[in-house]
Amino acid sequence: MTINTLSQDGVQRQQMSCLTKMERMVISMQDPDMGIKLRNQRLLITVIPHAMTGADIVEWLIKKCSISDEEALHIGQIFVKYGYIYPLKEPRNLILKVDDSPYRFQMPYYWMSTRWPASELDYAIYLAKKNIRKQGELIEYEKECYNALHKRINHTWDFVVMQAREQLRASKQRRKADRIVLKCQEQAYWLVNRPPPGTLDSIDHGPERRTMNTRYLLKRTLTITLCEGLTRLCVCVCSYVKYCEQYQPHDPIMQGCLPSIPWITDDIMFWNMNCETVAVPTKLRVERWSFSFMELLNDPMGRKEFLTYLKKEFSAENLCFWQACEDVRHGETSKIPEKVDEVYKQFLTPGASRWVNIDSKTMEKTLEGLKRPHRFVLDDAQMHIYFLMKKDSYPRYLKSDLYKNLFARAIVPQETKKSVFPFMRRQRHSSPSPALATQAAEDDGKAKNSNSFKSNSGTASRR
Amino acid sequence: MCDQTFLAITFGPCDNCSQNKPLMNIYLKNEPINYCSLCVELMACQGLAKGETIHTLKTESETLKAKLEEERAKLHDVELHQVAEKIEALGQFVMKTRRTLKGHGNKVLCMDWCRDKRRIVSSSQDGKVIVWDAYTTNKEHAVTMPCTWVMACAYAPSGCAVACGGLDNKCSVYPLSLDKNENLAAKKKSVAMHTNYLSSCSFTNSDMQILTSSGDGTCALWDVESGQLLQSFHGHSADVLSLNLAPSETGNTFVSGGCDKKANVWDMRSGQNVQSFETHESDINCVKYYPSGDAFATGSDDATCRLYDLRADREVAIYSKESIIFGASSVDFSLSGRLLFAGYNDYTINVWDVLKGTRVAILFGHENRVSSVRVSPDGTAFCSGSWDSTLRVSVRFRFSGESDLRNILYSMVLLFTGIRDYRW
Repeated sequence: MTINTLSQDGVQRQQMSCLTKMERMVISMQDPDMGIKLRNQRLLITVIPHAMTGADIVEWLIKKCSISDEEALHIGQIFVKYGYIYPLKEPRNLILKVDDSPYRFQMPYYWMSTRWPASELDYAIYLAKKNIRKQGELIEYEKECYNALHKRINHTWDFVVMQAREQLRASKQRRKADRIVLKCQEQAYWLVNRPPPGTLDSIDHGPERRTMNTRYLLKRTLTITLCEGLTRLCVCVCSYVKYCEQYQPHDPIMQGCLPSIPWITDDIMFWNMNCETVAVPTKLRVERWSFSFMELLNDPMGRKEFLTYLKKEFSAENLCFWQACEDVRHGETSKIPEKVDEVYKQFLTPGASRWVNIDSKTMEKTLEGLKRPHRFVLDDAQMHIYFLMKKDSYPRYLKSDLYKNLFARAIVPQETKKSVFPFMRRQRHSSPSPALATQAAEDDGKAKNSNSFKSNSGTASRR
Repeated sequence: MCDQTFLAITFGPCDNCSQNKPLMNIYLKNEPINYCSLCVELMACQGLAKGETIHTLKTESETLKAKLEEERAKLHDVELHQVAEKIEALGQFVMKTRRTLKGHGNKVLCMDWCRDKRRIVSSSQDGKVIVWDAYTTNKEHAVTMPCTWVMACAYAPSGCAVACGGLDNKCSVYPLSLDKNENLAAKKKSVAMHTNYLSSCSFTNSDMQILTSSGDGTCALWDVESGQLLQSFHGHSADVLSLNLAPSETGNTFVSGGCDKKANVWDMRSGQNVQSFETHESDINCVKYYPSGDAFATGSDDATCRLYDLRADREVAIYSKESIIFGASSVDFSLSGRLLFAGYNDYTINVWDVLKGTRVAILFGHENRVSSVRVSPDGTAFCSGSWDSTLRVSVRFRFSGESDLRNILYSMVLLFTGIRDYRW
């Protein structure tokens, strides 16, 4: 697979929609009533018609799109970089200046979307013209390109020189103003299509993307079906609003965090206070466990607390079973049969030490599936136990003294004290790599042979 | 196990092959029938049947789409921004770059955060994959891939390995060794094999499985240990550019977006395409789930980002502006889902208010396309990788309500030193 930056199909597909939009905007910029006011601009001693200043362009963009000056300047720059507008004063520099520097619109002939091949031959003729016009007008990289082209297409060099001479002769018959304009237009075109080394290549894009297989797409489209039980939009939308409101205090970008955002104050207390093994959690963290059962299970500390509660209720085997099923689903394929066997012995055999209460239909189906164990064989049983915990144990846990006491004990961190010299950067300490931590745990795990609560197949929790 | 209900998968005899399999209810010539997913695939890959032309197929599919849209429209009783009118508007947003990671010699194509909230892995065009401690800006590991254009990289949930791939059509997993003398490339494990470039990869809930998407139009689930293909997902008719796993820990679905302008939701167990969304006008470059898992956002070359709801099975919001001409290459939500960060090909990052549909901030500073934007796992910062070969970790500056003079001075000093240190 090759990366062809000049592939016509590539430019066509990925960039065309942007180019079309840009061109639409350029056309409206040139609208006689609503567009930019064009007037004659003086360039040294020559007067160039239909020109505008950089400031005009930016002002028009601000008004048209209701944006700030910074953004308008940014967009204007893009138009210049892509060759839709070119500067008259310093034609080599494709930059937009917000002053009275004169600019002009590029001819549609030279627009990127015309997909004119910009071949080597054309480039050679252009460089030859420059060379003939004024000795030494070619700058370094252009000289190199010229020499390289000379070598490469040597066989047509006579044609190149002849074309160059002809074009120069024809141009001498024009008025000076037109000559300057044509020269600038051509130069702008080549600056975009053959950018000098070190400058941004506007045509640069990533690997080629294939075009769609239309027939396959259409046949596939015929298989679209309406989902059963669609929800009213009103309900969906209200659920987003509720979610955003509920989580806003937990979103540091929205509401900051206590003690402080580590990236700003160079103080990592926030991370230390919320790590897995902390003695006293923060109030926000404990509160979050009440948002959904998933939040509780996602936090290792929450899971531990929940297990403690379940032990008191003599239903701890539910969580252990769920955890073991997770281990099967996400673990190594090779270990599935032995893991499933363990699960069966510990949780599903009648009279097992940690027997879980599953309805008979699910139990029958699971036992049947165990004859040929695969990754998802325990899914139905796991789902049953999950919902059991969610509907029964979880709400009771949230009302329990264990949870309430923990919430009462939980701390609200103090905001980081601002140092006397805030502009002095604090030392940024590195932290042990997670690779190191798990390596040590694995070494320990290999020594012990536990089927314990924490698996060591690399499953990590969300926090 | 997930407590979100999706399309109830019926199980029974296929109308075509008569085998007992999970069935898809589809329409053929406007008649509803039940096919298993294999028969659906075979049908789609067939050439044109007698009397069929691309034109007839097009008309048929347009009619079907119109019928489905009619059904969906019955439930369209309100617009998102209408409901959001009652919510307080967001204040001024001041974003500053707090870390600039320099070290890649070429375009940064992809990045991912580690779950420890401070480490980052990034990959670039020249084949280099670097693991950074973004907090100290130290480079911790570096790997040189044998191919260029490493477009996908991902951090393992345990923090012990990284996965990456690109033009080599493979996804390789590198266990991160802390031994300085050890060559990471030596322990490399080749996991995925596609027939075209790898566009995106992601670990599932453990280090043992990887989900990949490729330019060959498919997604696939692999077992890391053995390199075995566990499930493949067919349904896109062009390159698949991005995928994202549903956020529920027990969830079984993921969404993918591709060059066929479609975003598809898949069931990982059966390999079935359960939902499909096609309203974009150009390639979908990035897909990301809303934190609750009920919706997802997409960024596309048509210069818009859109929000799709899974329960209503439709698009619910479009984030676009007349002044935004270039495509969005990457999107991510803030922790609460209120903000959508989108990186564009015009070198900017736009921050959208998801509920109100308006833009709250625009960030300049990158000198080339923004290829990847990710919010950190705890939501404190976001990182942007760009074709200008740098990565920038940026935060939002908030001035606390206290009128303490020292507080105000401190915030202002931070703001101005921010300007001095970094470009935006």
